[in-house]
Amino acid sequence: MSKEMTIHLKIWRQDGPDQPGELVDYTLDNVNEHMSFLEMLDVLNEQIVAKGEEEPVEFDYDCREGICGSCNLVINGQAHGPKAMTCSCQLHMRNYEDGDTIVVEPFRAKAFPVIKDLVVDRSAFDRIIEAGGYVSVKTGSAPEANSIPVEKSTADTAFDYATCIGCGACVAACPNGSASLFTGAKLAHLNRLPQGKPEKDERTVAMVEQMEEEGFGDCSNYAECEAVCPKGISISAIAEMRRNYMSAAFAGEEA
Amino acid sequence: MPSFLDALKSQVGRKILTGITGIGLIIFIIFHLIGNLTLFGDAQAFNEYTYALESLGWILYVLEAGLAIAFLLHAYIGISIWWNRRQARPEGYVKYQSKGGPSKQTWASKTMIFTGIVLLVFLVIHIDTFKFGATDTIMLNGHEARDLKDLVIATFQQPLYAFGYTAVMILLGLHLGHGFWSAFTSLTMKHKEYSSVIYTVGVIFAILMAVGFLFIPLYIYFAGPDAALISY
Ligand code: HEM
Ligand code: SF4
Ligand code: FES
Repeated sequence: MSKEMTIHLKIWRQDGPDQPGELVDYTLDNVNEHMSFLEMLDVLNEQIVAKGEEEPVEFDYDCREGICGSCNLVINGQAHGPKAMTCSCQLHMRNYEDGDTIVVEPFRAKAFPVIKDLVVDRSAFDRIIEAGGYVSVKTGSAPEANSIPVEKSTADTAFDYATCIGCGACVAACPNGSASLFTGAKLAHLNRLPQGKPEKDERTVAMVEQMEEEGFGDCSNYAECEAVCPKGISISAIAEMRRNYMSAAFAGEEA
Repeated sequence: MPSFLDALKSQVGRKILTGITGIGLIIFIIFHLIGNLTLFGDAQAFNEYTYALESLGWILYVLEAGLAIAFLLHAYIGISIWWNRRQARPEGYVKYQSKGGPSKQTWASKTMIFTGIVLLVFLVIHIDTFKFGATDTIMLNGHEARDLKDLVIATFQQPLYAFGYTAVMILLGLHLGHGFWSAFTSLTMKHKEYSSVIYTVGVIFAILMAVGFLFIPLYIYFAGPDAALISY
């Protein structure tokens, strides 16, 4: 037997980008504990559609398996909800009790404007990537593994940083609305690999500048980003970004 | 590539500067506390020490100028970071809570701007009270000197000063409770194990500094004008 619960929801409803929004109350009976948070919202939307009085709640998702980074929800004031290293789509209702009230809000940042309800526009991240989150070498088909030797520890660390799924939770949770963890993760991933090293300085400067231009805030070392990151990216990424940026500026000065 | 000056104005550069000025201010308050503790030394130890400082001449002016720049730059960047955060998130959350775990959102870190501004206001009053305060002139080993010790003891007979200073020093401790670790992190400290050691060291350091500084006004207030430990 699986547990069934009644859940009270307060969901941010907003018709469009420049419209005012507000929290609207909903109550769902028979929420199964094995449902994911998004499945619970699906059930809510079915009810809303059946009633036919208002439009369903708009929320973002794609993979529903914690790898695409689109399920951006702030659940009871925490980006991706209460569980560490878990996306909203991987959060299950068994983490809640019968009768709980859950507040659901969109990610809040000037650089992430609300499109509708819980959906925000995160294309600011795309522009940070466009500024330097790539390598300008012909990759072609998979190369022979040993042609470019990469130390195991380097490969492992690069991979750790590469697990960033660009969800934006770090920005949403940061009291300053800083995008340092995301940008730092991308830089720490690419800058340490042989394919990424030649463009290290240009990349670091371009991505840091783009991050600032998009209107993200400063980093005050709150480390809240690391706490909400579904991939557990360490704030060491930010330290590395600072190091690489300052050394790029030094090098630029000499050139 | 940005010029080095432009780099210092970027988000990254501003943090590097907050960290450097923060560490500079930490080094200053360590020396300041050690100096103050001469109040409990020989009868004239404190006046000897302040006389020696004032006799440094141009070296003292250079140190004071450096300190003033560090304070102003540190405060300016701190306030601008706080200002920027309102630009970066014009509409806040109805409900917000920290996720805990590795998060360093604490009472200390969340009040940096408040404790900082209090310290800035305190600084103005503090300099006015002691640096520009009226003192008697005494003869010290054959030269004239300011009797600052007397001024300090007299000042802390007033409850407002004694307890006001105590409160501000607690806020200094709070500022350092996050600031010590934060400065190293701003200056690109990475290793996780190392980082948690620095955090603990920072908290202990913050407590030591707060207790060290607040002990002086409280002791003088409760010991009264003829305090045994510090009497002439
Ligand atoms: C005895 C005086 C002071 C000491 C020892 C001190 C020390 C520090 C240290 C070590 C940090 C961490 C630096 C970093 O995050 O990189 C810091 C941060 C900060 N300080 Fe101070 N500080 C002092 C005075 C002030 C004053 C006068 C202000 C005025 C507003 C201020 C405002 C701030 C703010 C807002 C931060 C946080 C910066 C951020 O958000 O990243 N501090 N302080
Ligand atoms: S660093 Fe973590 S929280 Fe930030 S975008 Fe990447 S995966 Fe999401
Ligand atoms: S829907 Fe893809 S990560 Fe949650």
